[in-house]
Amino acid sequence: MLEVKDLSIHFGGVKAVQNVSFNIDAGIVYSVIGPNGAGKTTLFNLITGVYTPTTGEIRLDGEAIQGKSPNELARRGVARTFQNLQVCMNMTAIENVMVGAHLRLDRNLIKAALRFPGLKRRDRELREEAAALMEFVGLGQYVNARADAMSFGALKRLEIARALAMKPRLIFLDEPAAGLNPKETIEVDHLVRKVADSGVTVVLVEHDMKMVMNLSDRILVLDYGKKLAEGTGEEIRKNPDVIAAYLGAHA
Amino acid sequence: MKKSQNIGLLIVIAVLLVVPFIVPNSFYLDLAIRMAINAVIVLGLNLLIGFAGQISLGHAGFLGIGAYASAVLPTHFGWHPLVAMGTGAAVTGLLAALVARPIFKLKGHYLAMATLGLGIIINIALRNEAQWTGGPDGMPVPPMSVFGVEIYSDKIWYWVVAGLLVVSVWASLNLIDSPFGRALRALHGSEVASQVVGVDVVRYKVAIFVMSAVFASLMGSVTAHYIGFVSPNFADFFHSIELVTMVVVGGMASVFGSLIGAVLLTALPQALATFEGWETVVFGAILMLFMIFLPKGIVPTLAAKFGKGE
Amino acid sequence: MLAQFLQFLFSGLTVGATYALAALGFTLIYNASHVINFAQGEFIMLGGMLAVFFTAAGLPLPVALALAILVPAIVGVVVEKLAIEPVKGAETVTLIIITIGASLVIRGLIQIWLGKGTFALPAFSGDQPIEILGAVLMPQSLWVFGITAIVVVALWYFFNRTLQGKAMLATSFNRTAAELVGINTSWVLFMSFAMSAALGALGGILITPITLTSYDVGIMLGLKGFVAAVVGGLGNGLGAVLGGLLVGILEAMGAGYLSSAYKDAIPFVLILFILFFMPRGLFGGKSTDRV
Repeated sequence: MLEVKDLSIHFGGVKAVQNVSFNIDAGIVYSVIGPNGAGKTTLFNLITGVYTPTTGEIRLDGEAIQGKSPNELARRGVARTFQNLQVCMNMTAIENVMVGAHLRLDRNLIKAALRFPGLKRRDRELREEAAALMEFVGLGQYVNARADAMSFGALKRLEIARALAMKPRLIFLDEPAAGLNPKETIEVDHLVRKVADSGVTVVLVEHDMKMVMNLSDRILVLDYGKKLAEGTGEEIRKNPDVIAAYLGAHA
Repeated sequence: MKKSQNIGLLIVIAVLLVVPFIVPNSFYLDLAIRMAINAVIVLGLNLLIGFAGQISLGHAGFLGIGAYASAVLPTHFGWHPLVAMGTGAAVTGLLAALVARPIFKLKGHYLAMATLGLGIIINIALRNEAQWTGGPDGMPVPPMSVFGVEIYSDKIWYWVVAGLLVVSVWASLNLIDSPFGRALRALHGSEVASQVVGVDVVRYKVAIFVMSAVFASLMGSVTAHYIGFVSPNFADFFHSIELVTMVVVGGMASVFGSLIGAVLLTALPQALATFEGWETVVFGAILMLFMIFLPKGIVPTLAAKFGKGE
Repeated sequence: MLAQFLQFLFSGLTVGATYALAALGFTLIYNASHVINFAQGEFIMLGGMLAVFFTAAGLPLPVALALAILVPAIVGVVVEKLAIEPVKGAETVTLIIITIGASLVIRGLIQIWLGKGTFALPAFSGDQPIEILGAVLMPQSLWVFGITAIVVVALWYFFNRTLQGKAMLATSFNRTAAELVGINTSWVLFMSFAMSAALGALGGILITPITLTSYDVGIMLGLKGFVAAVVGGLGNGLGAVLGGLLVGILEAMGAGYLSSAYKDAIPFVLILFILFFMPRGLFGGKSTDRV
C-alpha cells in the first residue's frame, strides 16, 4: 500500500532522515521505533505532507505523494495524530471530532448560510456518528465537554477519534502513549488494537516497547535518521545492532 | 441552531420591531439605523477576526469602495444605484481575493500589514482623485431606487437595514454550526489539525476574507445612499480601528457580541461628540482594557459566567 | 537633471533617517517580545511635540531636547508595564490591538493637552542652505544624518560588544534559554521599550525643524517606519536602517518624478510589493516550524 524509497530530508546541515526505504502492506500494524532524535516524527511529517523531502519517493497505492500537502493527503484517506497534540481548544470535544469528517460533507457556504434542507439532518447524523466514535475511543463521558477542559490523555484519544472520523485507509499515530501513565497506556494499547481490527492500516511511532511488541506486525528501527533494521517483533528483538543502539535493557 | 441562539434571534427581531415606535425623535432613529448598519459590517468582520483568527486593519477601505461606487457610478456615469452597488461589491471581492491569496500563503500575521497598507492606499486615492470623488470634501450620493421608486425616508431605510440585519444574523448563526463554520473555527484553533483533516487552509482564509470584504462594501453602499453623502473619512484608518474595537468589545467569535459591540461603539462617539480628543483617548483605553481584562469580549464572558451558573 | 535627482535624494535620505530610527524601534521591541508595537509612531510624535513644549517653556535647547527623549522613554516603559506585561503570551491579534489602543491614548492626550496646531522647532544650526551640485541641502539634514549615524554605530557597539546588549540579543533568539542562563528578560523587555521610544523620539526631534510637528504626525511616520522594518526584514537591525533609508528615498523619488499627491501611498504600495514577493524582507532569513 505504502512504498517509501530512498527518502531523505536535510534541514540546513542536519540530515534528519537519510535514504530510508520500506514498504507497508494494507491492513497491518507497522511500528517505527528508535531513540529520541532518530527521525521518527520527521518521517511521519514527510509521509503526511508536513515536510517535503529533499530526495526520494513515497508512493501510496502506486501514486507518488511526496511533497503533497496534508490536506491533499487527507483526501487520499491518510490520517494522523500528533505527539504534542494539535487540538482545537476553542471548540468542544465533539466538534473536534466532527471536523474530522470535513471532507465527507457538503461544505458549500451559501447553502449553509441559507440553511438548505437536508443539511440540518446531515449535521445531526454527523453528531451521532461523532458521539459513537468518542464512545469507541473511550471518551463517552466527554461528549459535551470543551476541549480545553480535558486532560492530556483524553485529548490524545480525542485526536484518534478525529482521525477515525475521516474514515481513513491509513492512520499515523505519533506516540499515542507518550505522557500517559501505565493504566492509560494499556487502554491506548487496546484502542490501537481495536482500530487495527476495524480494517485501518496503522503506522505507529512509540517508545513503549511492550506496546510495540504486542501490537506490531512489522517494525522499522531508525537511528540517526537511517534505517537500522526492519522485520517482525521477534527478528528485531534478536537483532544485535538494534540491541546495541536501542533496546538494551528492554530486550 | 441551539435553543439559546434561537431565543437570541427572536430577541433581536423583537427589539428591531419595537425600536421605531419608541424612539423619541429622528435623531435616535438615525442612530438606530447606524447601529444596525455597523452591526452587519461587524458581523462580517467578526467572521474573519473572531472565527478565523485573522486580523484586518483596513476594513474601512472596503466600506469606502462600496460607498464611492454608489456615489461615483450613478453621478458621473448614470448607472443605476443597484448596479453600482453590485459593481462596488464585485470590485471589492476581486481586490480582496487578489491581495489575500499571496498573503495567506505566508505563515504569520502578515494580513494585518497588508490590510493596513491597502486601506491607506484606498483612502489616499479617494482623497486625491477629486475630479471623480470630490476629494477631501466628499461628494453627494444619489438616492437608492428600487423598481423606479426612490428611497428617501428614514423610516423605510430603517426597515431595509433591520431586514438586512436579521438575515445576516440568521445566516451567520447557520454558518457557524455548519461544516464550513466548523472548519473556520478549527482553522483558528489549530491550522495544522485543520490541514490534516483536509481543510484547504489558504482557500478558506481567502474565502472568509473576501466574504467579509464584500459585506463591508455592500454596507458601505447602503450607508452612502442612506446618508446621501460620502467623504474620505469614511474609509480612514481610525474607522477601521473603530470596527475592530466593536468586534473586540462585543466578543470575538460571537454573533450576538458583534451586535452589542456595534450598538455600544456607535453610541459612544455620539456621547463624546463634543470632546474630540477624548473620543480618541476613550477608544484607545477601551481597546487596551478589554484586551487585557476581558479578552473574550462582553457576550462570551457573560455567557461563560452564566454557563457556570447552570 | 542631476540637481533634481540629488534634491530628491537628499530629502529622501533625511526623512529616511527618521524612518530608520522608527524601524529600529520596531525591531528592538519585536525582537524582545514578538510584539509589533503600533504605538511606535506616537513616540516619534512625542519627541517633536515635547521638544517644542519644553523650549517654549523656556528651557535651554539641550535640556529641552534631553527631556523630549527621556519622557517618551518613560512613556514607553509605562506602556510596557501596563499594557504588554499583563498579557504576556496572548495571541498576536490581542497584542496588536493593545498597542493600537496605547497609540490612541497617547495621541488623544496630546491632542487635548497641546491642541491640534502645527509647531516648529528652530533648526539646530541655522537655515542657511548648502548648495551641492545644484541641489540644496538644509543644515538640519546634516544633523539628521550625523546623529542617526552616530546612534546606529552606538547601537551596533552596544549589541555586539557589551554584555547588556548581547543579553538583549540572546533574549531575542530564545527567551527561555536566555532566562535559564540568568538573563533578566523582564529587564530586557523594559529596556527595549525604553530604547525604542527614545529612538523614535530622537527621530521626531531631528526632523521637526524640517517637516514641523503636530499631534497626528505619529500615525503616518510610525506606519512608514513599520513598512521600513518589514522591508528590511522584521527583526533585523541593519535591515531596519537600510529599509528606512530605502523607503525614504523611494518616497521622495516617487513624489518627485511620478506624483506628489500619492507620496504617502508609496510606502504602502512598497509593503504590499514586499509581502507578495519578498515577505521576509531584504535581510530576513527563511524559517521552518517544528510540528
